[in-house]
Amino acid sequence: MKETPLSNCERRFLLRAIEEKKRLDGRQTYDYRNIRISFGTDYGCCIVELGKTRVLGQVSCELVSPKLNRATEGILFFNLELSQMAAPAFEPGRQSDLLVKLNRLLERCLRNSKCIDTESLCVVAGEKVWQIRVDLHLLNHDGNIIDAASIAAIVALCHFRRPDVSVQGEEVTLYTPEERDPVPLSIHHMPICISFAFFQQGTYLLVDPNEREERVMDGLLVIAMNKHREICTIQSSGGIMLLKDQVLRCSKIAGVKVAEITELIQKALENDQKVRKEGGKFGFAESIANQRITAFKMEKASVDTSNIEEKAEEIIAEAEPPPEVVSKPVLWTPGTAQIGDGIENSWGGLEDSEKEEEEGGIDEAVILDDTKMDTGGVSDTGNQGAPIVLSDSEEEEMIILEPDKTPKKIRAQTTSAKEKAPSRSQVKRRRKKRTAN
Amino acid sequence: MEVAKRADRKVSADTGAESSPRGPVCSLRHFACEQNLLSRPDGSASFLQGDTSVLAGVYGPAEVKVSKEIFNKATLEVILRPKIGLPGVAEKSRERLTRNTCEAVVLGALHPRTSITVVLQVVSDAGSLLACCLNAACMALVDAGVPMRALFCGVSCALDADGNLVLDPTTKQEKEARAVLTFALDSVEQKLLMSTTKGLYSDAELQQCLAAAQAASQHIFRFYRESLQRRYSKS
Repeated sequence: MKETPLSNCERRFLLRAIEEKKRLDGRQTYDYRNIRISFGTDYGCCIVELGKTRVLGQVSCELVSPKLNRATEGILFFNLELSQMAAPAFEPGRQSDLLVKLNRLLERCLRNSKCIDTESLCVVAGEKVWQIRVDLHLLNHDGNIIDAASIAAIVALCHFRRPDVSVQGEEVTLYTPEERDPVPLSIHHMPICISFAFFQQGTYLLVDPNEREERVMDGLLVIAMNKHREICTIQSSGGIMLLKDQVLRCSKIAGVKVAEITELIQKALENDQKVRKEGGKFGFAESIANQRITAFKMEKASVDTSNIEEKAEEIIAEAEPPPEVVSKPVLWTPGTAQIGDGIENSWGGLEDSEKEEEEGGIDEAVILDDTKMDTGGVSDTGNQGAPIVLSDSEEEEMIILEPDKTPKKIRAQTTSAKEKAPSRSQVKRRRKKRTAN
Repeated sequence: MEVAKRADRKVSADTGAESSPRGPVCSLRHFACEQNLLSRPDGSASFLQGDTSVLAGVYGPAEVKVSKEIFNKATLEVILRPKIGLPGVAEKSRERLTRNTCEAVVLGALHPRTSITVVLQVVSDAGSLLACCLNAACMALVDAGVPMRALFCGVSCALDADGNLVLDPTTKQEKEARAVLTFALDSVEQKLLMSTTKGLYSDAELQQCLAAAQAASQHIFRFYRESLQRRYSKS
């Protein structure tokens, strides 16, 4: 679907409000929306909600051979997908620009900053390393996808546990989660992206723009930072020209925001770990708020299946017995077999043979070894006339099949061994098939 | 042998005491559903069955590409995205089954030359995934206000090596089962809308599974009714 165009009056309204330092949802210039992090039952699965923007993240791992130029390092793979439910405009062919931009930014933020220790992912140097795959799905687009995605990615990576491996000489043992507790990844720091939207050629700035604000902005500055105030990635897009002190001011704001968000992430991870250790209930089912009127839960319900056997027997007794179907495949040559006949040629008007009818629905069994063609008691196949010759061309390899008689007109070369059956069967004629009663 | 089996099942249903968490008694896992949780789609629902969770978003009736438009009814499209990796053949097959079920109940003739898109995202998979997808799709279609002639629900059952029937199987039960059958039933008369099966079973077992699924669907429809009653209640 095409993107709903933004009306001029809406655009003007938003810009005027921003000039007066007002935002539509009542936030201040530097305020972030509410961030909510919930975890699933498997390790490495989390959903991050930044206001209404929702991202699902999942981390998985696999043992693979390492890259040739990096034989002692593990492999990291990031993939952000803009699901079609996130916005009506996200169709498979249409989102390439935005998708590439987001994926590239995410990769730079997480891979180039070396936040994951890839050396620790090595199992056997040059042979087996862990490939860590991070899949992010955008579920709802309400602005600032990159922030939500970076938070989801780093939270999922921190939450993830990989299976334990031990190497004894030449032997590598991979333990299942039941044998040995899975091991967390080695993460040095947590880079988080902070977005700044600029309006009126850099005069006004907003942190964490929502979808409407993103549509009227002039340019976007994204700074990825960790809580030690180290800048991991910085990107300015949209063609706005920023002054040096603007960028410095943004980085200071980013430092403050990252500290808050990192604290929130740590708390969420600790809570989840505590609940798992104490054996309480965890997972998405628990994160559905009970008080919401749109949410409803039902405990385990037992189903009374005591009378299903009687019911089933009744139904079977009343039903008709299944029709007798004997299907014997016809083996023409090794590698070519035929089961049944084709249905009537529905193209119409091609040849007179359409009128021929076949009695009985049982497929004729033509066994290659028999010298006689045994039709098994089936009445004549109705092939009264001589086979119709479709073309006089000697170049064509054309064989017309009559299963109850030896093929008469064989134009193609056949070897002597295959007298009874042609080598290349091409059924030029289709017969009407009447099913048995 | 049949009589003994029947007695067994009755007894365990009466006592309710099970040695293992789900025992030989047929029971459905814990259900939860939240509607209208996404702001962009016209309708959305998150359906949880035990640990299996599917998020569905519905757009429609909306504009349709000229190549896909049907002159007298709505074009229904179902998209299923797995959590990890690219969608493959299994997803395509589930999409088709869900689409056929939805097409049977959605009153497409009321909205000709439009498109209704159902997008499903697997949030976690712990068994009975297709049944959960069907339930999530139905709740999302209700939330979007798409006209339907009936509601539908998905029920999965597994037959283990001894011929015992387990409803709403977990991943482990599905793997060890001899046959896994999934049915989609409508809410008016519990008639069969769609069935897909995998494995070896006799026709008597098929009818038994279907009867069990119909019994289970009563619970699921009651769940739907109660959740909608709660949503539209004034207190």
